[in-house]
Amino acid sequence: MIELPTLGWQSIVILVVFGVSLLIATYCTYAERVIAAFLQDRVGPDRAGPFGLLQPLADAVKLFTKEEFFPAGANRALFVLGPCLAMITALMSSAVIPFGNVIQFGTNVFNLQGIEVNIGMLWVFGIVSLGVYGVMIGGWASNNKFSLLGAIRAGSQNISYELAMGMALIAVLMISGTLSLREITLQQSVAGEWHFWNIVKQPLGFIIFLVCAFAETNRTPFDLPECETELVGGYHTEYSSMKMGLYLFAEYVNVFVASAVMSVLYFGGFNFPFQYELRDWFVNSQGWELTSAQNLISIVGLLGLFGKIFAFIFFFMWVRWTLPRFRYDQLMRLGWTILIPLAIFNILLTGGLILGGIIK
Amino acid sequence: MQSLSNRAKKLEAKPMTLAERAYLPAIFQGLSITMRHFFRAATKKQVTVRYPEEKRPFSPIFRGLHVLKRDEVGRERCTACGLCAVACPAEAITMVAGERKKGEEGLYREEKYAVSYEVNMLRCIFCGLCEEACPKAAVYLQPDKMAPPRFERDEFIYGKDRLVEPVDPNARSIRGIQLTPEQAQALSQKISQQPA
Repeated sequence: MIELPTLGWQSIVILVVFGVSLLIATYCTYAERVIAAFLQDRVGPDRAGPFGLLQPLADAVKLFTKEEFFPAGANRALFVLGPCLAMITALMSSAVIPFGNVIQFGTNVFNLQGIEVNIGMLWVFGIVSLGVYGVMIGGWASNNKFSLLGAIRAGSQNISYELAMGMALIAVLMISGTLSLREITLQQSVAGEWHFWNIVKQPLGFIIFLVCAFAETNRTPFDLPECETELVGGYHTEYSSMKMGLYLFAEYVNVFVASAVMSVLYFGGFNFPFQYELRDWFVNSQGWELTSAQNLISIVGLLGLFGKIFAFIFFFMWVRWTLPRFRYDQLMRLGWTILIPLAIFNILLTGGLILGGIIK
Repeated sequence: MQSLSNRAKKLEAKPMTLAERAYLPAIFQGLSITMRHFFRAATKKQVTVRYPEEKRPFSPIFRGLHVLKRDEVGRERCTACGLCAVACPAEAITMVAGERKKGEEGLYREEKYAVSYEVNMLRCIFCGLCEEACPKAAVYLQPDKMAPPRFERDEFIYGKDRLVEPVDPNARSIRGIQLTPEQAQALSQKISQQPA
């Protein structure tokens, strides 16, 4: 007889994170259209429901009822596996993100994080680099040269920018000395001490990370794998119905995860200014218990983190409707000859500053 | 070389400055422009016209769907002279002329009338030359009505049933506007009572 593992609070957190990621990705499709419309002096979707809020539902109905198409000569198993892999990897990376500090009920302490591991950042990077398999398999299995070209572009782009991204990250790790995302978050605000967010210590690293995040999520101006003008439709040319939907959906989940990672690494995660002063004020002046004050701070911090994430998602969309796409040689030159040397310079600079005792 | 338009711009191939090569200032400039548009759209100026509820006003010189006018007592003005068909550059108008019989004075204004009058909306370019050519002010391009889209090609050939102006100007139904014998009788009496 197989003994089933008991469902702990962590599984509930993971389920909630899963649901929230999907919900946010769903409404990203709506937000993308509204923001695009507003940036171009248009109205955007306003027919389905109040302010067009049911638009994602209408999209889902459309995608689910469209014809399932398999190109002749395509490898059916791989063809189905591609979008699945893209979606799974996109969703998995959100498991290690600390969405909030601890919440305490009596003696039970809940950590608002799927899995607390001390290799959190490695986990995210590992999963993100697996994500390119979804695109590559999709492009290969389509049995279409344009799809294959799009997939190859996606693959080389992701690999190129992952290098610079990893090196930008190393500078953060030099400051924090840990790979645990929760530790990195907590270090950015310590009770009784004046601590800056990492963006102040790592402005150059943040810009490199941000540019690479755009490239990793295949968003404009780095959306070369899916450019219609050159490649018909890129790696998902042959995809129809919900398989296509999964690819597009995975992109939005990736945007959400990338925004969350950037908020955690550089913008203090669930910390917000004067949180400890606020907690002490509730305890000392209002006579609250320490745990309930801490819980309140955690919840406000959770909302604050989501505010930061939404700001980043907005930024992703804002850039998309501002900048044109790169040419492929420009993309490669930017990645290899500018971003990677800059990232190495940033590592050296950070090392020098740490040795000089200017930052720690 | 002399400039033809006074708009010629002298181009210089200066090497780019560091700020231009760094690329980021230009990006921030672009972002600020789109952000300005974002708030402009959120507050007031949007170029969208929400079509079924809101309609863009027609230009004062707009020429739309044809109509064959009636005169002040309801008789068809068209005498089937064919000048409109001759004037038409797209050869969209065809007609068959007929002679008015006794008792039909209430229906047709002149002794000759159009038994059939057809405009092919697939050929028509709405130039308005038929309207200019008409000596009887019978054919007229409406300033507020467009030829609606249809599914079949033969539906674009508009006969008299869809072209002749309804007797009652308030009747919006275009089909079946031929006068009934009673209406024709009443009209001819009304005309015979009029002083010559």
